[in-house]
Amino acid sequence: MSAATAGTVTVRFFARYAELVGREETALSLPLPATVGDVVRRVRDGLPGGHELPERPLAAVNLRHVKLQAAVHDGDEVALLPPVAGG
Amino acid sequence: MSADMTYLTREPLAAEQLVRAVAAPELGGTCVFLGTVRNGPEDAGGGVAAIEYTAYAAMADAELDRMLAEARERWPDARVAVRHRVGTIPVGEASIAIAAAAPHRAQAFEACRYVIEEVKRRLPVWKKELRADGTAAWVDRTGRASHV
Repeated sequence: MSAATAGTVTVRFFARYAELVGREETALSLPLPATVGDVVRRVRDGLPGGHELPERPLAAVNLRHVKLQAAVHDGDEVALLPPVAGG
Repeated sequence: MSADMTYLTREPLAAEQLVRAVAAPELGGTCVFLGTVRNGPEDAGGGVAAIEYTAYAAMADAELDRMLAEARERWPDARVAVRHRVGTIPVGEASIAIAAAAPHRAQAFEACRYVIEEVKRRLPVWKKELRADGTAAWVDRTGRASHV
């Protein structure tokens, strides 16, 4: 794999999602270009418990809320967020 | 806010500190919002004993920074401060405190309201109800329990 065609992102899980997949983060290598939706599909297919996650979760890239169509780049931190309940 | 500061704390919230932080001689109206852990009549499992708050801390800080910047843009004369508590919080204690000061009361209320509504909408914080009977459940912002 060359750097131009593949990348690695850190995927983080929180609250109930972390319990469903039994971990708080994982490193994921995938072909680029790719979207957050591609990351979600790979996590759901590749991790034990992954199919317990929704197909269209809230997501963030590098600490900002994004839509699932958003692009991901090598080194990005992608977070899958349960419905928020702050305040 | 400097990079090493955080809006999150594991300690009990002190509203009067936030009021002092936003106070200024030209600001005649100050509005404080406290959100507290409650035990409602609809709560299952013998009632809520406490709520455990967890956060995506780095993103929560970034989001609160952005919310305060948005509030400054909308109400340039207002000053707003906010703290969100995380960890296990007993019923009756505050999970969030917001203080907004402005020359007049309308802007203070509006800026304070803006920040709490945006917190509810987008702050990456989650809560798990710890019930009197020993069970626990993640709850969404409507207060509904999802299975653990």
